[in-house]
Amino acid sequence: MTEAETAAARAGSTPYVDPARVRYRKRHAVRSAAIGILSLLVTTAIVVAVVVRTPGWPAVQETFFNPEEFAASFPELVEAFWLNIRIFLIAEPLILIVGLSVALVRRLRNPLFLPLRLLATVYVDVFRGVPTLLVILLLGFGVPALDLQGAPDDVLVWGIVALVLSYGAYVAEVFRAGIDSVHPSQRMAARSLGLSEWQTNRYVVLPQAVRNVTPPLLNDFISLQKDTALVSVLGPIEVLRQAQIDASFNFNYTPYVAAACLFIALTIPMTRFADWLQARQRRQRGAGT
Amino acid sequence: MSRGGDMSTVQVTAGVPMLQVTDVWKAFGNESVLRGISLDVRRHEVVVLIGASGSGKSTLLRCINGLEAVDAGTILLDGEIDVTAFKADLDKVRRRVGIVFQSYNLFPHLTVLDNVTLGPRKVLRESASSTQDRARALLARFGLLEKAGDYPDRLSGGQQQRVAIVRALAMSPEILLFDEITSALDPLLVGEVLDAVRELKSEGLTILMATHEMSFARDVADRVCFLNRGVVCEEGPPQQVLGAPREEATRAFLAHLLG
Ligand SMILES: Nc1ncnc2c1ncn2[C@@H]1O[C@H](COP(=O)(O)OP(=O)(O)OP(=O)(O)O)[C@@H](O)[C@H]1O
Ligand SMILES: [Mg+2]
Repeated sequence: MTEAETAAARAGSTPYVDPARVRYRKRHAVRSAAIGILSLLVTTAIVVAVVVRTPGWPAVQETFFNPEEFAASFPELVEAFWLNIRIFLIAEPLILIVGLSVALVRRLRNPLFLPLRLLATVYVDVFRGVPTLLVILLLGFGVPALDLQGAPDDVLVWGIVALVLSYGAYVAEVFRAGIDSVHPSQRMAARSLGLSEWQTNRYVVLPQAVRNVTPPLLNDFISLQKDTALVSVLGPIEVLRQAQIDASFNFNYTPYVAAACLFIALTIPMTRFADWLQARQRRQRGAGT
Repeated sequence: MSRGGDMSTVQVTAGVPMLQVTDVWKAFGNESVLRGISLDVRRHEVVVLIGASGSGKSTLLRCINGLEAVDAGTILLDGEIDVTAFKADLDKVRRRVGIVFQSYNLFPHLTVLDNVTLGPRKVLRESASSTQDRARALLARFGLLEKAGDYPDRLSGGQQQRVAIVRALAMSPEILLFDEITSALDPLLVGEVLDAVRELKSEGLTILMATHEMSFARDVADRVCFLNRGVVCEEGPPQQVLGAPREEATRAFLAHLLG
């Protein structure tokens, strides 16, 4: 570094780092990456070598990881998986609406709404307690059997309704916890500005509550992606049902593994997104909290 | 800077105190905090509340803002609005009474500018552009303009507290209540917040503030009220109450403060 450069750095407002230090940091970063990759390769090689050498491996590979079976069933599975994705895409927004509404209803103070509040409480208690699969069976087979006028007789519709009811109860509790996590002084500050109860919720409490519960909500949604497979008990050919058909056809379980891969391919990006969101929130709030 | 009430109302209500607290009682459970307290604040007056911790300063301020319901007594705003009426329109009261808390209570999910404009936009229903202009002008006056786009947790305590003052001010309140607004601050930052209060006094705002900053009270207050056992035990100009207190309780409190 020349005298002139030092003087320029001192005069300006741009940060200055010693070039030798820059080179050192770069070298260090490269070496860390290299060691990591090497360690990963070696470990993988050892694990693979050990697994492949176990006596049972050929049979396992034949039954679960059969390349021909995989290739043969995959296109159909992908097509069937599209139904899972559609179930998820329809159910998710409905669950958010049900969950948020129920959470808000449970906070209403006006005595006029007592029946509504009781209803919301009973709903959450019931649907959190009953297994999702049971709700799907009850609604999917039960309601069409009633032969109700005007009620859709598509089992898929009832399967989705069952998912929404079951997950809605969970999500309502998540939202309620989020609302409770906003410090009362925030409510007080909002009211002291003259904001009404409703405005206070809308502009001050809910935005903070939703932010606080976004990670657990994403978690519930990852779980919902998996539980779309439960609808298979009602008959629709979604990915699990398709895999079942393929597997029973030639007594090979590779289609199940292929279906599992599809679910994983969907949940991993979602999990990473949840992580990223959480990290961003931490950054936004500053290091202090 | 605009102040609540135009010239005509100033004249019509001349002589009527801005705030009239009469015989107010308030208990929490069995603990009687306010025991028939009475207090007036006149327009453009700066009144300082002092008293031991737990003497009810915060409780009184919260009652005036309608954040806490009184058990008995009346609180009249501008001689016309009864905060303590059974069916009082508290949102209307709060539009005219600003309050700033010890713990700032800024909204962490909103930028400084949005913190300041939320009230005017949603409560006074002013247009976004006019509130923003006004908010910027206010922020500039308190040396906070360059922080307008930042989130509160990026600010120092003193800056946050000044934003809280600006947020209350943006509603053009007729009276400002300050509840120990400097006691959560680093001693180095107290000065900048107190300077902001001095600025408000010079503008003629009506202020009722609880504080432990005796030198500041001596300097800025028009009147000092010493709260003891739920009533105003002694009140008067700062030189008298702080310099030559008549009551034994006041002397004991001041002696205790000085260590
Ligand atoms: N919401 C509440 N519930 C129960 N008790 C309360 C409540 N608010 C205040 N108190 C009690 O009322 C008394 C007066 O409290 P207050 O906060 O008004 O005192 P203060 O004069 O502001 O004290 P400080 O100087 O410490 O701020 C205290 O004993 C406190 O414990
Ligand atoms: Mg207090």
